Amino acid sequence: MANTRASTYRDALREAHREALARDPRVLIMGEDVGRYGGAYAVTKGLLAEFGEARIRDTPLSELAFVGTGIGAALGGLRPIVEVMTVNFSLLSLDQVVNTAATVRHMSGGQFSVPIVIRMATGAGRQLAAQHSHSLEVWYAHVPGIRVLAPATIEDARGMLWPALADPDPVVIFEHAQLYNLEGELADPPPAVDIARAAVRRAGRDATIVTYGGSLPRVAVAAEELAREGIEAEVIDLRVLRPLDWETIVASVRRTHRVVVVDEGWCTCSLAAEIIAGVTERAFFDLDAPPARVCTEEVPIPYARHMEEAALPMPPKIVAAVRRACGKA
Amino acid sequence: MNTEQRIAELSRFTTDVRRYERDFCLARVRDMVRIRRLEERCAELYGEGKIRGFLHLYIGEEAVAAGVMPNLRPQDNVVATYREHGQALLRGLSMDSIMAEMYGKVEGCSRGRGGSMHLFDAATRFYGGNAIVGGGLPLAVGLALADRLRPRSDCVTACFFGEGAVAEGAFHESLNLAALWRVPVLFICENNLYAMGTALARSEAQIDLTVKAASYGLPTAHINGMNVLAVFEAAKDAVAQVRATQAPFFLELHTYRFRAHSMFDAELYRDKSEVERWKTHGPIHTFTDRLKAAGMMSEDDFAAVDREAMAEVDAAVRFAEAGTWEPVGELARDVCTPAAAQ
Amino acid sequence: MIEFRLPSLGADMDEGKLLQWLVAPGDAVKQGQVICVVDTVKAAIDVECWHDGTVQRLLVEPGTTIPVGTLLAVLRESGESAADVEQRIAATGAAAVPAAMPVPAPPRAAPPLAASAPAERRRVSPAARRRAAELAIDIDDVPAGADGTVALADVERTARVAAAPLPAAARAPAPAAATMAERAEQMRKVIGAAMARSKREIPHYYLAEDVPLASVVAWLGERNAGRPVTDRLLLAPLLLKGVAAALRRFAEFNGYYRDESFAPAEGIHIGVAISLRAGGLVTPALMDVDRKDVDRLNRELLDLIRRTRAGSLKSSELSAGTVTVTSLGEQGVGAVYGVIYPPQVALVGFGRVTERPWAVDGGLRVMPVVTATLAADHRVSDGHRGGLFLAALRDLLQNPDELTGPTTP
Repeated sequence: MANTRASTYRDALREAHREALARDPRVLIMGEDVGRYGGAYAVTKGLLAEFGEARIRDTPLSELAFVGTGIGAALGGLRPIVEVMTVNFSLLSLDQVVNTAATVRHMSGGQFSVPIVIRMATGAGRQLAAQHSHSLEVWYAHVPGIRVLAPATIEDARGMLWPALADPDPVVIFEHAQLYNLEGELADPPPAVDIARAAVRRAGRDATIVTYGGSLPRVAVAAEELAREGIEAEVIDLRVLRPLDWETIVASVRRTHRVVVVDEGWCTCSLAAEIIAGVTERAFFDLDAPPARVCTEEVPIPYARHMEEAALPMPPKIVAAVRRACGKA
Repeated sequence: MNTEQRIAELSRFTTDVRRYERDFCLARVRDMVRIRRLEERCAELYGEGKIRGFLHLYIGEEAVAAGVMPNLRPQDNVVATYREHGQALLRGLSMDSIMAEMYGKVEGCSRGRGGSMHLFDAATRFYGGNAIVGGGLPLAVGLALADRLRPRSDCVTACFFGEGAVAEGAFHESLNLAALWRVPVLFICENNLYAMGTALARSEAQIDLTVKAASYGLPTAHINGMNVLAVFEAAKDAVAQVRATQAPFFLELHTYRFRAHSMFDAELYRDKSEVERWKTHGPIHTFTDRLKAAGMMSEDDFAAVDREAMAEVDAAVRFAEAGTWEPVGELARDVCTPAAAQ
Repeated sequence: MIEFRLPSLGADMDEGKLLQWLVAPGDAVKQGQVICVVDTVKAAIDVECWHDGTVQRLLVEPGTTIPVGTLLAVLRESGESAADVEQRIAATGAAAVPAAMPVPAPPRAAPPLAASAPAERRRVSPAARRRAAELAIDIDDVPAGADGTVALADVERTARVAAAPLPAAARAPAPAAATMAERAEQMRKVIGAAMARSKREIPHYYLAEDVPLASVVAWLGERNAGRPVTDRLLLAPLLLKGVAAALRRFAEFNGYYRDESFAPAEGIHIGVAISLRAGGLVTPALMDVDRKDVDRLNRELLDLIRRTRAGSLKSSELSAGTVTVTSLGEQGVGAVYGVIYPPQVALVGFGRVTERPWAVDGGLRVMPVVTATLAADHRVSDGHRGGLFLAALRDLLQNPDELTGPTTP
């Protein structure tokens, strides 16, 4: 019987960073307010005092420069963790990620690897309005040359950082802002996790719900509600947004014959669209109902709470979509 | 400031060639002639359709690379732009590998993946070859940071960029960060007065670029980029300072490209007479003229250097012509680092 | 204008699935030319057109299951113009698309589908389609669910219903891509349905007669001596000749009972019961048995058996039988008391040829004997006539020379 202890998603992340800094002298953290402030989401709290200014570096508000600097440092032999405060601000540094980090290896004929880890908070739900509520994971998942992760559990928050640092190629990690306060039990010692496979979080036979990140808790709530109606949903947590674990997804759809994808991005050209396209290509003849998506409505996220909730893929919409897929609308 | 004023000002930066060893001077001539002949042949090959895509020639700017590169050591890093053939050649990439890369052959320094704009060489720490204006500056800051965090490092990262990059946020962010974190980057701004088709005066309210760098606390200097010895001296001092202080330095080199921005450029934005006037200050002939006047180089010496350069170019072309195409089946190779290599 | 309709290819066939058109609009067709292939539970059948003409329009898509009698195509005769025919089609409504077969499930209320047109593409999920194929159920027979879509659950439900005993008038499900075992299973069900119907509707009576075959055996022995194995005459053609000759004299055993009356048939086309390897029975007909010599009958019989087992029978062969003969001699049974195939009115059975003690001219001999049986429709004949028929058959089989002569007695 393994030991467990109480933890939070945030605490697990911090422990992961501490472990990385302690184990590998090449690791350093760069980002806005990661040092003195303790991190915008308190992930790096206490690390400056423990590891010093050389390794915990507060940056000016220069996303383009400090992400590029991280790339250069990675090329130069370090293992930088660059924290971009949120995906909303990461747009300023997208050029460096897409045009340098993702391309250098292929473009140079294989001469260089860029072992950078870029972390950013993502998602909506705290009434932060249109410019602070994006879910743009799919923009990164679109690009060959980078690996994209979305830890949605405390175990993954604790475990994904180390293999991400060990990966010789760029890794972008998305942490949904609503997950930082997530409480739960973490095994002690925490288990090693992979950064390759999706996970079946709940087994079921009637429909497959594929999701990632901050939508996982909403899907869990929906699955409980559906179970009360006699619909057993199988819940897949993608964990890795690029490359997608098609094997796990398709095996599930082959069993349940129905798939609903829950994605906090907008529907149009979304990660959900990619998953449905891939499922259709690979498991068309196993489908007993059209695949469905539950995404954020095609609107910028509004401030007023009831409006924000109406825009997001909340449990009632998820339940309705699964019911429809099961022919029980 | 118009051309006449600029040129007049630059005339203040002449140097006395007799203070230098003959061999050293001939070596600089050789460097510049090699670049010149390479670039001229590339232009010709582009017209023949052997080189495709974009081609940005260094003709007229040779003194910059020839003056800076001798001051760098093998452990130093070099980051450059898409107009990087000169820097790449003098950093130590073989003309064969450069030409093969232009042709797109797998024997090219980037396996034919990059072409003219993306020359890379891990062995000589040549980090491109970047096609995004200003894109290399953050990269240089990062490379310098990595060196800086190594104990007893006295490496320098030389970062070449054009004056057009000064308009990009990346320039300001990078200089600020480099100064703030005190990293050993030598920022080398090759001011050839035109960012593609836009003259500096039309895009910058403040055309003295050293003022911008100084505003971030960097030491700066203006250099006559058409004078190889002036460049050499300034670079020598700057490199030494960066190496010693492990802090950044900004050089503004005044230079001019005699050819268009790239092969597609109709040059509607500048007067042909202006180009002609600048050509009278061309880096090669002005240097060789003074060397000949000082009796340090004869016609035959120059002819020999030129012949050698042409032979090297011919050999490179033969090498490229004989090269092979990367198999299409390897398209997905090197998107990610293979597991075995980890 | 010629209307080409789906013929019934057997008593137990109510529908078929059009597999393939072998002609296209504009093609000329000659009488007797096979112009399409129809799948039935027993086999894929080549269907002939019995008129000369030119194909005007093909009205049914391959893959469609349609009832017998459905108009499949329209041809124009020489002298008619395409425009004429089109007018007539429009006028008679002959080209109306056939309705799908009625299915045995209770009707469901389907919500109106947006912008639906008659006979639009059905909404069938890929998984349902695949499952239906696995179960050898025609997907068109599966009713849609409440939302108008055919899903896995609907297919499973239909499969359960289909496994239940079929009512007499129910159609046989035609398999799509069924395996041999599944085909056999389906065939058994169909045969069962037909046999049940036969027994319900036809008042059978049974008679038997032991027929000595010494003459026939001797005759065959002589005939086959010196012939290679492949050229040897079988016993069966001789027995069939005997049956045909007997039917010439007793017409009430050769023909069809339909609409409460019996119509004797002109020709004597004997349906020969042939068992299929995977199980089940087919009864394609040998045509004009009375008019063909025994060698030809032998060849045709062998060819029929081969083609039956290969699944390449013509439609006329399956539907043309006027009487059926079944011989289970090889299975080793003494006598066969069969079930008549409606709308026929008789079935002649032959058991195993056995060596029996036989009284001849006051003495005992060992005689090859076969028990011939007659199952007959009491609405059309009675035991007296049946007895006479069997006696005639017996007598005819004592004189093989006459039986097999150039003209039938």
